[in-house]
Amino acid sequence: MAEKTVATSSGKQMEQNKEHTRMPERYLPPPVDIYETEEGLVLLADLPGVAPNDLKVRLEDNILTIQASPKHLVEAEPLEREFELVNFFRQFQLSDEVDQERISATLNHGVLRLSLPRAEKAKPREIPVKISADKAAA
Amino acid sequence: MATWEPFEGFQALQREIASAFERASPHYHPTFRAAFLPGRAAREYPLINVYDEQDRVHVEALAPGADPSSFNITMIGRTLTISGEKPRVPGDVKPEAFHREERAAGRFNRSIDIPADVEQGEGLAGQYKNGLLLVSLPKSEKAKPKQIKVQVS
Repeated sequence: MAEKTVATSSGKQMEQNKEHTRMPERYLPPPVDIYETEEGLVLLADLPGVAPNDLKVRLEDNILTIQASPKHLVEAEPLEREFELVNFFRQFQLSDEVDQERISATLNHGVLRLSLPRAEKAKPREIPVKISADKAAA
Repeated sequence: MATWEPFEGFQALQREIASAFERASPHYHPTFRAAFLPGRAAREYPLINVYDEQDRVHVEALAPGADPSSFNITMIGRTLTISGEKPRVPGDVKPEAFHREERAAGRFNRSIDIPADVEQGEGLAGQYKNGLLLVSLPKSEKAKPKQIKVQVS
């Protein structure tokens, strides 16, 4: 699974690109874990403050897009602020090995879990060898 | 005609050093918003916002994916301690099965000072929603703001 948008953890790229200050909204790539199981791939993404209604997972042209807008629990200006919730955005390029029809998503305690099952054709298969009837008889 | 500025180079260097210091100071944070999701490098976890209202203090902690039953929240005097655990990916996943491993996990413990006297007892409330933990602390009577009436003579 290749990544479409590259995570910028350092501010370097942001500083070079002054355009971002003009954008009305800002986006951040959420941290993810991606691991393989026998059935396929599992993607876990930390999306704190995101309610199920504010999360969009889209699949288009083999590109998986995760987009979410988190909300604070208290709507007031904090006395002390250590974090701010900004919109999340991250894209992944899926290979043909993923069965796109059977992708499922759950959101639990601010963690998105995407299950990306392997397509049947990509699963290793044993092909049973049969002995043809006439040779067996011979 | 160019003006003769013997200290031009020196001044440029001075500006550069000043801006380097500015960037290193804790108040300058171009990456602050980017760093709001505590990764492995985060020194303190969870990150906390403190809200001050008329009669309550709210503490909001950024703790996605924590096990709700693992939370242990205590209030001693003015010190609030939050501890809990964010479970790792289910145990049977082999290290080589990971394509990407960016989410931090493990036990956490953090204490902060609350900027007001807090009523100990029933009113303390905690709520865990969408990966955010909210602790609401009722202020004690003497910490609540008093209205001062102005008399017109």
